[in-house]
Amino acid sequence: MASVFSPPGFDFSNQLRNNFIAEKGLPLPKATSTGTTIVGCLFEDGIVLGADTRATEGPIVADKNCEKIHYITENIRCCGAGTAADTEFTTALISSNMEMHSLSTGRKPRVVTAMTMLKQMLFRYQGGVGAALVLGGVDATGPHLFTIHPHGSTDKLPYVTMGSGSLAAMAVFESGWKANMSRDAALQLVKDAISAGIFNDLGSGSNVDACIITASHTEMLRNVEMPNVRVQKERQYGFRRGTTAWKSEEIRNLIVSEEVTMLGGGDEMDTT
Amino acid sequence: MAFVLPGSVPRTHGGPQQQQFNPYSENGGTILAIAGANFSVIAGDTRQSDGYNIQTRYAPKVFRLTDKAVLATNGFAADGNMFVKKVRQRLEWYRHAHAKDMSLHAIARLIQSMLYQRRFFPFYVYNILGGIEDDGSGAVYSFDPVGSYERETCRAAGAASALVQPFLDNQIYFKNQTVPPGNAHPTHLSLAHVLSLVIDSFTSATERHIEVGDGLEMYVVLAKGSPLQGLDTIQGITELTSVPGGERMFVIRRKLKRD
Amino acid sequence: MSIMDYNGGSVIAMVGKDCVAIASDLRLGNQALGVSSNFQKIFPITDRIFLGLPGLATDVITLKERFRFRVNMYTIKEEREIEPETFAHLVSSTLYEHRFGPYFCEPVMAGISKTPSGGTKPFIAATDLIGCLNFAKDFVVAGTASEKLYGVAEGLWEPDLEPEDLFETISQTIMNAVDRDAYSGWGCIVHVITKDKVITRTLKGRMD
Repeated sequence: MASVFSPPGFDFSNQLRNNFIAEKGLPLPKATSTGTTIVGCLFEDGIVLGADTRATEGPIVADKNCEKIHYITENIRCCGAGTAADTEFTTALISSNMEMHSLSTGRKPRVVTAMTMLKQMLFRYQGGVGAALVLGGVDATGPHLFTIHPHGSTDKLPYVTMGSGSLAAMAVFESGWKANMSRDAALQLVKDAISAGIFNDLGSGSNVDACIITASHTEMLRNVEMPNVRVQKERQYGFRRGTTAWKSEEIRNLIVSEEVTMLGGGDEMDTT
Repeated sequence: MAFVLPGSVPRTHGGPQQQQFNPYSENGGTILAIAGANFSVIAGDTRQSDGYNIQTRYAPKVFRLTDKAVLATNGFAADGNMFVKKVRQRLEWYRHAHAKDMSLHAIARLIQSMLYQRRFFPFYVYNILGGIEDDGSGAVYSFDPVGSYERETCRAAGAASALVQPFLDNQIYFKNQTVPPGNAHPTHLSLAHVLSLVIDSFTSATERHIEVGDGLEMYVVLAKGSPLQGLDTIQGITELTSVPGGERMFVIRRKLKRD
Repeated sequence: MSIMDYNGGSVIAMVGKDCVAIASDLRLGNQALGVSSNFQKIFPITDRIFLGLPGLATDVITLKERFRFRVNMYTIKEEREIEPETFAHLVSSTLYEHRFGPYFCEPVMAGISKTPSGGTKPFIAATDLIGCLNFAKDFVVAGTASEKLYGVAEGLWEPDLEPEDLFETISQTIMNAVDRDAYSGWGCIVHVITKDKVITRTLKGRMD
């Protein structure tokens, strides 16, 4: 038998079988994708990132309130769109590597470092890792905002959007963004951009998440806006107990009751 | 999306390239109809979409045909609208020829013929016809795109039909529920009960299906001489009855989530 | 038809008041042909964690064994039982390891976790076939009847159901969903997990 410890990295052992299945004409299934709206914008003293919270499987909503703003380091965050698992694991891996890097160099992490690590990883997999990212943060060299495409190309711009709601969000940025905005104005613009995605793009929905990064402080605003709470149902759907007919039952008791019975006598401690 | 630099556009290899025009599209949304003892409820959401795009937040999918018949269409919106137009035209010809409205079961058969006529270039639409039968009972007829039809008590069709239909099986037909000791399942549900199930079906579908939302339109047809059954207390209801003393028709509009 | 639908099967998990429930159908099929009406897809991981594995049957069995191995290794190394949150991440990373040659399974888990203050907290989670975690506060579904399960559960689920009421709600949800799915059904099994007992029932429903 092989070692009980698996080597790091991906395991391709199922590929032969799966390619055989694909050749038989059965299409390989689709993973959860975040048909998403994610944005980022520069303001007078830092970066505001924004995201919606819907995850979809085709036309079905798989998660109504997922988190798309991922932690990279204390002063860097990354929004993810595309294949949900890829954005989750890629950002987690780069977050880990960034921590190791700053520990070994003894310096504060920089946004370009994270951007380079991400693009080199994505380029290595030639688009196979389907992560579309908005990376933002503030470091020793100032605020930085990047977009990273699944194939590894990057952009550095003062305001960016990605995901299926990127056009709706960019329309808001193009009409409302100004250089050196105040913190409140930038946050409001990001909320409006995400809301434009939530309401006008079917792939985006539910709530607004935002994250404000400045030189001194990072503030994660989870669900800053919740414009899509479900209204109260018209009826209650509790069932009468005994509604469901069942054939057999097994109850496993997890509380182990133990009773100790003393046998014989004379061995007890004398407590008199 | 990969960037391609200008000038380095990948050239497609020479050889035959096939291009095909696809005359159909799918515009999302869901419709639903439930028949009661002396009423019928026909409902649909009002969102019309294409892919991830909302084309409009208010495109009716439920149409009044006669004083006692309502038709809901779902699928390819252009075909749906055209089909309703053609059915209405046939119903008007019938009125001119016979000086009366066509009865519900006859409209159902007419719709079957009109759909099957296009067997090899179908109207890409699922139809649900609801209304009052000649005997005063509430009725629902559901159709497939080429005209196979059936009279039922309840039916959901469209994008979220898979989400709504099993819920209705449970709540309307009491499927998989044992009978409570001492009393049987009700054979007919009250109008208020049915309306609340319709609303909850649509709010549930809106939560989990991206193509359902924006607005809900519920048509209610009451049989001749039947009481209002609490309809007068419902907010935002509009009466559409044209001839006093006959069947009465109402429409109730509700908002749905817009995300 | 996708390879995920080859053998059929569905699983759902729901949260109640200080309890969780997980239910599945019992069908194993070869496309439309039913093969077994007693194919278990829910496996006990610890006393308080259950794992549902709908998907390609060969991978259901492989993954069940793989998780048994990895949980045993964890238990030996850590000298304690695995917590549901930790187990969810173990499932997630096991599946993502196979990102470019996945197992065709969408795991659903349910369990009771311990809070630092000594209390208990209901826990459910699901992942897609490459390990993207979904922690929901109400219910999670997977399998060939997933669309139907979403629809019925969204209608029937209510917060803070007692174990016996949660049993009724999850049972009604899965039975009505699989009755509208050609690839799921042929009997159902439900596990209700509370902090001090596990109730397992096989349901009486349609067998067609």
